This record gives sequence, structure tokens and C-alpha cells, in this order.
Amino acid sequence: MYVVVTGGGKVGLNLARELIGNGHEVTLIEGWRPRYLRIEQELEHAVQYGDATELWVLERAGIQRADLVVAVTGDDEDNMLICQVAKEKYMCARIIARVNNPRNVQHFKLLGIQPAVSATDLILNLIEHDIPGHGLVHLLDLPDEQLEIIEVEVTPDAPAAGRRVADIELPEGALVISVLVPGKPGFVPTAETVVNPGDEVLIVLDPGLEDTITMQFNPNGVRPGG
Amino acid sequence: MFVLIVGAGRVGSSVARSALVAGHEVSILDEDPLSHERLEAGLDGSWEDNGGRFTVGTGIEMAALTAAGIDQADVFIASTDGDNTNLTIAQIARKRFGVEHVIVRVLDPARSDWYAEKHGLNTVCPTKHAIQQFEQALITAAG
Repeated sequence: MYVVVTGGGKVGLNLARELIGNGHEVTLIEGWRPRYLRIEQELEHAVQYGDATELWVLERAGIQRADLVVAVTGDDEDNMLICQVAKEKYMCARIIARVNNPRNVQHFKLLGIQPAVSATDLILNLIEHDIPGHGLVHLLDLPDEQLEIIEVEVTPDAPAAGRRVADIELPEGALVISVLVPGKPGFVPTAETVVNPGDEVLIVLDPGLEDTITMQFNPNGVRPGG
Repeated sequence: MFVLIVGAGRVGSSVARSALVAGHEVSILDEDPLSHERLEAGLDGSWEDNGGRFTVGTGIEMAALTAAGIDQADVFIASTDGDNTNLTIAQIARKRFGVEHVIVRVLDPARSDWYAEKHGLNTVCPTKHAIQQFEQALITAAG
């Protein structure tokens, strides 16, 4: 596979190194001369000097025959536009973009740049999964389908504690799909299943219902201002 | 018309002043508060007294664009000193906010042409004009 990587910082350089080690053909483009010279000592002809947002620089790197373009500079606008021309002008089959500021994820989507990888968001998700008792964990977000699956722990003071699934007051657009009792395999509940404190409940819901649902299962887990 | 200009450097501030004088509503978004002073050069009274608006922020922040009034904008001008910023925010103005007229400064002639053709952006390329003027001046000098 021929891969063009733009941006020779920590991410880009390590990526290039690994890809070359795995037998792929790689061209890394770096626009800051001192960094380019340093990388050239190691990667030799696999690194080129230039501003990867300029078309002639991309063409010199052979973007027309690239199977994959990975834009991992430290600038989100650069990454977006590099991927946009790779996809729309040079018809690259695959692109991957790095998002530096998670607030810009929406702009990558708007321009059709997918996948757009935000390290901050990845770490945030891990933190949410790893801190117990946080109340609510997003297991799956399907923004295009307008669906989410969340996991919430039932606290003793919750309105839902000790109730049958059928009696729990859930808003329209939310459904309990599984109950996880500590030490037992998870199961799909019936209307008669009783939910107890300490259980974890998986719920499929429309986006925006999180706080209403948290009130039922984990009232102290509601985010401030939420 | 409501004109939103992102980037009030030499180009943006001049266009802003003439748009204001021509009777348009003009709102400026610039990350540097000092740009406000440049706007007032040659004006009687402050930019605001003359009816202008000024917001400090960058064109890629949704909150800043909203504060600067992008929802009402009939014309959006991207005239920061960065091609990539200009091309990004111009597409945000067009695709996210549906601004009718989007004018964008692109110094790189190759991408100026491509974005005009492929994305229908009204691109202005100062580099092309400079090249033409240099070539003309050279012809004149050579007699």
C-alpha cells in the first residue's frame, strides 16, 4: 500500500516509521525545514519538504497513486483541506484526519472528512468508561441514526430501584435493553424484571434524553447544570 | 445588506470601511483586538459610532461566528492571512449557515481556481493580480 502522511510531528513520524516497518511505501511531508532535515537523517527519501496544503507539493509526493492519505499536522484547517483535495481532486480511496481541537469535529463532518480522529475525545471516552460511579457511560453513539446506548448504575435512592421494568417512568424514545446484575451474566429483561440497587442497566435512547433517564436510575449522577 | 468580514487586516479593514460608507451593515470578526484600531484609521469617530460591529474571536469558533451575526449575513468575506483558515470558514459559512454570497481570499492560485470551480466559492487571488502587474511592468520597462 502507498501511504502519504502529512505532518512530521510525533504522530506523523511514528506512523511513518511503523508503516515502513510493516512493509508499506510511505512519503511523509513536513513543512518546517529544521524538522524535515532531522527526519531526513532517518527516513531519507521517504520524507519530502514542503507545505502539504499546496497542490504541487502533494503531486510531487505522488498523491495521485496514494491508496491512503493521513493528515496529522497540528493544524485542523490544514488537515481538513489536505483530506478534502485528496478525496475530491485526487480521488484517493481512503483518508484519515487528525482532529487537534475536539470542537472542530463538526467541521470535519461538514466537509465530509471521515474518519476524523480526536485523541482528546478518545481519552475522554476512556475516562468516562474507567471511572466507576460516574453515573452514566456512553457505550455507543450513532449520530446519523439519532440513537445512543448508555449504561447507568442503579443507586439505592433512585426512583427506579426495586421497581419492575414496566413500572419505571421512562420518556418516550428510551428502552431498557439489558440488566447487568453483579456476578451474573447480563440478560434481556421482561416487563416483570425487577431492577435493584447496584445493577447496571443498558438503555437505548434518542439523543438528549440522558438527564431524564439519569434522574430515574442515578439521581446524584446528573451532571451539574444538566 | 449585512456583510460579515472575518479578518480585518489591510484588505479586510479597507473593504469594511468602504462597505460601511456604502450604507451596508458591517460586522467584523478578528482574533486581534488591535484590528479595531486599524478599522478606525481615516474614520471620523469610532467604528461603532459609524454603525459598525466588532467581535473578537476566530472564524472557526461557532460561538464567535454566531456572536458576529452570521445568521443574518447576506455576504460573508473570509480575508484572514491564512488560505486554509479562509477556505475552511468560507465552506462553514456556505454549508452550515447557508450564506448566499461567500467571498474568500486565497493567495495560492492553484487552489483559488480549484475551489472556485469545484465548490462554487467566489475566490479572490491577490497573487494572480500581482503576477499580472509585475509582468506588465516588466514589459513596460523592457520598452
